[in-house]
Amino acid sequence: MQVLTRLLNGAAFAAGVSGAGYLLMSAQPALAEEDHLPPPKYPWSHRGPLSAFDAASIRRGYQVYKNVCSSCHSMNRVAFRNLVGVAFTEEEAKQLAEEVEVEDGPNDEGEMFTRPGRLSDYFPAPYPNAEAARYANNGALPPDLSLITKARHGGADYIFALLTGYRDPPAGVHVREGLYYNPYFPGQQIAMARALYDDGVEYDDGTPATTSQMAKDVATFLSWAAEPEHDQRKLMGVETMVSLGILAGLMLYMKRFKWALLKSRRIEFRDM
Amino acid sequence: MRYLKQPVVSTINSHLIDYPTPINIHYAWNFGFLAFVCLAIQILTGVFLAMHYTPHVDLAFYSVEHIIRDVNYGWLLRYAHSNAASIFFIVVYIHIFRGLYYGSYLPPRHYTWIIGVLILFLMIATAFIGYVLPWGQMSLWGATVITNLVSAVPIVGNSIVTWLWGGYSVDNATLNRFFSLHYLLPFIIAAIAFVHIIALHYKGSGNPLGVDSSVDKVVIYPYFIIKDFFGLVVFLLVYSLFIYFFPNVLGHPDNYIEANPIVTPTHIVPEWYFLPFYAILRSIPHKLGGVLAMIISIGILFFLPWICSNEIRSSIFRPIYRKLFWLLLAVLVILGWVGSKPVEEPYVFVGQLASLFYFMYFLIFIPFLGKLEKFLLNFKGM
Repeated sequence: MQVLTRLLNGAAFAAGVSGAGYLLMSAQPALAEEDHLPPPKYPWSHRGPLSAFDAASIRRGYQVYKNVCSSCHSMNRVAFRNLVGVAFTEEEAKQLAEEVEVEDGPNDEGEMFTRPGRLSDYFPAPYPNAEAARYANNGALPPDLSLITKARHGGADYIFALLTGYRDPPAGVHVREGLYYNPYFPGQQIAMARALYDDGVEYDDGTPATTSQMAKDVATFLSWAAEPEHDQRKLMGVETMVSLGILAGLMLYMKRFKWALLKSRRIEFRDM
Repeated sequence: MRYLKQPVVSTINSHLIDYPTPINIHYAWNFGFLAFVCLAIQILTGVFLAMHYTPHVDLAFYSVEHIIRDVNYGWLLRYAHSNAASIFFIVVYIHIFRGLYYGSYLPPRHYTWIIGVLILFLMIATAFIGYVLPWGQMSLWGATVITNLVSAVPIVGNSIVTWLWGGYSVDNATLNRFFSLHYLLPFIIAAIAFVHIIALHYKGSGNPLGVDSSVDKVVIYPYFIIKDFFGLVVFLLVYSLFIYFFPNVLGHPDNYIEANPIVTPTHIVPEWYFLPFYAILRSIPHKLGGVLAMIISIGILFFLPWICSNEIRSSIFRPIYRKLFWLLLAVLVILGWVGSKPVEEPYVFVGQLASLFYFMYFLIFIPFLGKLEKFLLNFKGM
């Protein structure tokens, strides 16, 4: 017990010293690395440790991606088959795939040919290569969105803040030609114009398509695309934590049971 | 009972069952066993990951995503492996600081200590190389920055870097050899860890009091086996929390952007467990000096059995040392934080101050505190 108290005291001391150092440092004025606003934390329906993705929101988010984002952004790690059982039925996903013309081949004559998409096909890319994408976008490369929420600080929060964060630049800020002001983007000047406007898409479940609704749905969709294992992972996590928790209790009992004899021994000194 | 006289059975019996263990060692002594478990987890998950991974610059990044998305429970394998790297370092750092606190580096266990430092060096190399394999932006640029440190070697530095890379930049040749080494090194670590245990079992474990414990030892089974396994379950709880609920919190988002030799990330930071040493590297405004300081900051641990002067082993009986020990821990936290920040004031100054304390701890406090203690113990008053 004495050892434990001493260790805890020591740890508290170490934490105190480093904490004091940290506070002293953070009292400094904002530094150059903070050239943009950190996104606020939004109450995502999948944020908590016990919460799963909102399937209806993923479905609407796909609609936003397809109608708005996909004209510039590819999602080359996501296939139509991935949508099945997540936000679409197999029939619906097949239909979505068939709307796309996919180049395949070579056939028996060595020719490439196009065919309607299948479930196993990946989402079509808007540009054949990065150079074409840059050429069409004023020199800026629209990033692939398959992993975007894992690949940016703030994840879905950042996506939502960015999509809804367009505003007029504050007085004195000069925005370069072809760029737009957005306080959440590193450098605060982004090559992407504001993409979401009220009623930009017509949701097939009748949800009013406000800008923030679309931003929320597409961010949920992108979170799912980046972490398709999310729901299964958290479910397994709960199962694991509960089982290990029970096991820990049993093990502690077993340990104390086995040690009982040694812990209750008495050492006597006899002066012979 | 005669089976116990068989060679293999008798070895197992005398080292895992009837092995005499000091009765008073507490939970800080669980971390050696936990480090072994971490190594086992890394080797097992690693072997299975390698079945699905492709070490090629065009495919590596997507083969990792393929593992997460398409391989059955591949996400579990991948997150188990990437998070176990962090957890392994937490466990090993606690293991080392336990040794520092209770004087485990003193004879007769000084060989165990030295072998342990060797394992630490190999672990650092393996972890660094492993971080390159997913071929994200941090992989490529971290590898570029760290391998470039070798160019600080006078005259032949640049040639060695080219030789390490297998070309004129971190590219496919580098990735291929890193994959090969990342598969090889863990088995070398396992072999040296085996020697670590042989060296330990030569005289047996130390104990919190730091005195000879041969008068009061108990058999390792059931007492310490059960204690180790209780510790293991608690360890698995913490580990699972990361795997299942925060799988990417210890990584950097930039590593989910495919490596691109043309685009440099704004801040190149190593994995969190290297940050204190990275801060020491950057505190010295001279390339070769910084590299040497970083290597010495870890290498100095090799010489601890010889540079220390204390006759008292355990910190329980060393009040001054105890304060310095916790101060060192605090300084390492500060160094880690400085390491994650850009090179600008006030971070540079704080980092230099913290680095100074770090080296003072090993080069002044440890060698001379023992002498002071001896003087104070024999002090009879004016």
